[in-house]
Amino acid sequence: MLKILKYSFYDLLRSKWTLIYFLFFLMITQGLLYITGDEAKTIVGLLNVVVILCPLIATVFGTVNFYNSREFTELLLAQPLKRRDIFIGQYLGMTLSLSIGYFLGVLIPFVIHSFTYSVDYTVLSILLFVGVFLTFIFSALSFLISLITDNKIKGFGLSILTWLLLALVYDGMQLFILSMLDNYPLEKISLVMTFLNPIDLSRVLLMLKLDISALLGYTGAVFNKFFGSSFGFALSLSALLIWTVVPVYFINRISMKKDF
Amino acid sequence: MIQFQNIYKAFGKLEVLTGVSAEVSGGGITAILGPNGSGKTTLIKMLLGMVYPDKGEILFDGKPIKKEWQYKNDISYLPQIARFPENLTVTELINLIKDIRGGTPNEKRLIDLFALESHLGKKIKHLSGGTKQKVNILLAMMYDNPVIVLDEPSTGLDPIALVRLKELILEERDKGKNILITTHIMSLVEDLSDEILFLLEGKVYFRGTIPDIKEFAGEDNLEKSIAHLLEHKNAENIKV
Repeated sequence: MLKILKYSFYDLLRSKWTLIYFLFFLMITQGLLYITGDEAKTIVGLLNVVVILCPLIATVFGTVNFYNSREFTELLLAQPLKRRDIFIGQYLGMTLSLSIGYFLGVLIPFVIHSFTYSVDYTVLSILLFVGVFLTFIFSALSFLISLITDNKIKGFGLSILTWLLLALVYDGMQLFILSMLDNYPLEKISLVMTFLNPIDLSRVLLMLKLDISALLGYTGAVFNKFFGSSFGFALSLSALLIWTVVPVYFINRISMKKDF
Repeated sequence: MIQFQNIYKAFGKLEVLTGVSAEVSGGGITAILGPNGSGKTTLIKMLLGMVYPDKGEILFDGKPIKKEWQYKNDISYLPQIARFPENLTVTELINLIKDIRGGTPNEKRLIDLFALESHLGKKIKHLSGGTKQKVNILLAMMYDNPVIVLDEPSTGLDPIALVRLKELILEERDKGKNILITTHIMSLVEDLSDEILFLLEGKVYFRGTIPDIKEFAGEDNLEKSIAHLLEHKNAENIKV
């Protein structure tokens, strides 16, 4: 698996899209730091970019990459390799190269910033970590969708639709349900709904560490009570982990049975 | 060496193979022929474990290949379409295959044979279609394996490369290897194949040498014989 991972990683690390992705985060982080002059504000600003953009890019990149490398996958399938190693290797290679683009793009300006100002690395590392997690999750989802759907256009559409649902529509739905049920205690429902969406989960995780949960209003208060504790933190981490592991499990399962 | 035992395969409602049985052993070049969509590529992909049969079994060296992968160490496979990771160079791609398969391949000879020396440092995306096919052939043929499977090997090749490829294939045959080849170019079949396996409507419709097929069809030229078989197909005549 490591061999496939290595080559897939090299291939993508050198594609101009990874570079553009890296430069984009480099510029936006540097720009925000320059304009606000304040790391906490920069991180809040970045958070809004990260929770939308990391999943989007992972989705688009994951789908395009899967369909583009179909013939190469076939070549690998003809080699003496286990199927699992081929697919998980390709998935990890792609995800790692994207993650590194994002990671360095955000980290480098902060490191430069830290020469003159003090930087709170706990919050920064959560931001970095959340972006990487979202990349892993949405790459896996798009990889899985592409694996199931042979038609490129359909696969692309479904992947984007998944992103749209989780990134944009879900919040509206959540608000709608909460307002419909406002006669009932809502803590549990809103907690459960957040756990069901990795983007919400990431946003809340970081907001709370930034100590500005008041910005979240009612849900913020509920989460402060819940996530504030280290138990809540561990639980939300596990939820993100489950969000990563489950699609990867299905990638493995489906790739074992599929005809190429 | 290779046995297909009563293989069935359908893709959705489309039944591609409906009971194919055949054995390939003892060395020599077997051309798998048939009209478009007759299941040639499907059959080859099944041998490589890329497509699973709905029914039936494939044996390699007497052992079922289901869920196995080590046996592929003994097969060189040239896929129909040559597309590789675009940002890797030719050398890196060669190294990838060497990394996977281990052993001591003889890529140097093939690099010379197909004049690929000047392309080694180039990224795949900068290569022409024909050069990509040469790289494809290089990757498939650089190992000394007892079984070689070639799916449309002549696609995009210039005349010189085609001549070299034919020589290469014949050389490998003389070493006693089992070579399976699919192609639509009849002259290639005439020049190379010892035996023809003709697939039609999901079954092995005819199997024999080139003189056999000419006699069977009552024509004096291979292309016409094949056309004749297609026009006058008659399931009663199956001869395996």
